[in-house]
Amino acid sequence: MTKKTVIVDYGLGNLHSVRHALEHVGADSVQISSNISDILQADHLILPGVGAFGNGMRELAERSLSDAIINYAKSGKPLLGICLGMQLFASSSEEFGFHTGLNLIPGKVVPIPTITNCGSTQKVPFVGWSGMKRVKDWGDSPLSSTKDHEAVYLVHSYHMMPDDSSAIMAVANYGGHDITVAVCKDNIIGFQFHPEKSGRIGLSILRSFLDI
Amino acid sequence: MEATAYAVGTIEIHMTKNVRLIARLDVKGENLIKGVHLEGLRVIGDPQTHAISYYHQGADELLYVDIVASLYGRSKLSDIVRRTAHEVFVPLTVCGGIRSLEDVSDLLLAGADKVAINTAAVKRPELITEIARRYGSQCMVLSIEAKRQSPDRWEVYTDCGREGTGIDVVDWVKRSVGLGAGEILLTSIDMEGTRKGFDCNLVEAITAEINLPVIASGGYGEPSHLKNVVGVGADAVAIADGYHYKRTTVHEVRQSAMNYGIPVRNVK
Repeated sequence: MTKKTVIVDYGLGNLHSVRHALEHVGADSVQISSNISDILQADHLILPGVGAFGNGMRELAERSLSDAIINYAKSGKPLLGICLGMQLFASSSEEFGFHTGLNLIPGKVVPIPTITNCGSTQKVPFVGWSGMKRVKDWGDSPLSSTKDHEAVYLVHSYHMMPDDSSAIMAVANYGGHDITVAVCKDNIIGFQFHPEKSGRIGLSILRSFLDI
Repeated sequence: MEATAYAVGTIEIHMTKNVRLIARLDVKGENLIKGVHLEGLRVIGDPQTHAISYYHQGADELLYVDIVASLYGRSKLSDIVRRTAHEVFVPLTVCGGIRSLEDVSDLLLAGADKVAINTAAVKRPELITEIARRYGSQCMVLSIEAKRQSPDRWEVYTDCGREGTGIDVVDWVKRSVGLGAGEILLTSIDMEGTRKGFDCNLVEAITAEINLPVIASGGYGEPSHLKNVVGVGADAVAIADGYHYKRTTVHEVRQSAMNYGIPVRNVK
C-alpha cells in the first residue's frame, strides 16, 4: 500500500528541501499541503519551519491548522517536527515575548545560554554541525540506526526544555551546556537539527522515520 | 563533542564548536569559474557536477557566488540552485545579484538555506534588516569583499571587487550586526586565488569586534593556512580553487584539520 507523507505548509521554512530529501530516500508519495483533510489522512506528518515561534503559531492559526495537527497527533500516527516545527510542540516559548505552543510535548522553549560554563561568551545563533549525545535508549525511534555522537546540522537561538526530561532523546554540548536536539513522546518526534541538511546521516534518519 | 583546548602558534584556544569546511563555487552564467583577485576568470566546468562531488567528499556546506550578477542584472543562479538541491543534502548559501525580498524568496524556494549580500546591502543597508525580519538573521549573511589599504585598514568593495566604496570594513561589520546580519562572509580581494594564505589580520580585526560567525574566504593554498585562520577566530573556511583544480579534497582538508586538533565534523 502506498504510504502518504504530508509536509505541513504554513508559509515558513524550506519545504522543498524536506521533500527532496524524502524523495531521495524513496518516500512513496510526498505532498506539501495546508489542507486539513490532507493532514488528517497522512500516514506520516512532518511539521518543518524556520523563524520565530510567535510568527509560527500565528501562521498556523491563520490557516486553522493547530487543531488539525493536534488531532493528527491523537491518532497515534507518526508526527515529526523539525527545527521550529519541533519547538511548536512545546507549551510555550520566551522568544520575543511569551507565546503559547501546541502543548503536544509539555515544556518550554528557552534561549541558548550566551555564556559558556567557563564564563566566556559564545556565538548565538548557533550555526553548524554538532555531535548528538544519546541520553536515553534510541530503541525503535528514527535514531535507532544512528551512532552516538554523530554530527548533525543545527541553526537556532532557542531550544526546548520538556517538563518531563525523559522526553529528551539527545543533546548537544554548547559551551558546557546541554542543548536539546531530539525529543520523543509516544508517536511525536522532534528534531532541532535539520535531517534534510545533515548529509548521509540525516537521510538515513528520515528513512527510519518513514519506516515507522 | 567535548571542548578541545589546543595551541595555534602561541595562542591557546578553547573551542566547543566544529569549524565548518565550505566549498565555494563562483559562477558566471552557467559556468563554474575561478579567477585571481576576483579577476581573470577561467572556466572550470559545470557547477552542478562539482557541487555534487564536493557534497560526496564531505563538504559541510556549499557556497554559490554569482560573481558578475550585480553587474549584469538577472542571475541564472536559481536554476543552478534548484538542480543542486535535488542531490545535495547539506546547507547551501547563495550570493550574487540579490536586491530584494523577492530575490531572496525565489532562491529559498529553489533550495537555498541562506543568502549572502554585498552590493545591494551597501547601497541600501535596510535590506539587511528586511531580510532578517522576514527570514531570520540565520538566513542573512553579509558578504564583504575587502581590499587592504594599510596593514590594519581595509576598504569595502562591491560589484565583484571592481568598485571601491570608501567604507571601512570593520565599521561596516559593526554596523551590520545592529541591522540584523547573522553571519559574515569575508573575502579578501588581496589574497583571493593567490594560494598564499588567508588575510589573517583582516579576519582577526573582525572576530575581535563582533560575536557573529565569520567565514574566511580567499587564499587557501596549504594546510597551515587553515590552522592560521582558525587561530584568529574564523568559524568556517571557504576553499575554491584548491578543490576545483584538484590540488586537494574536502576529505584531505578535514584530515589536516584533525591533525592540527581543530574540531571538525567527523565524516566517515
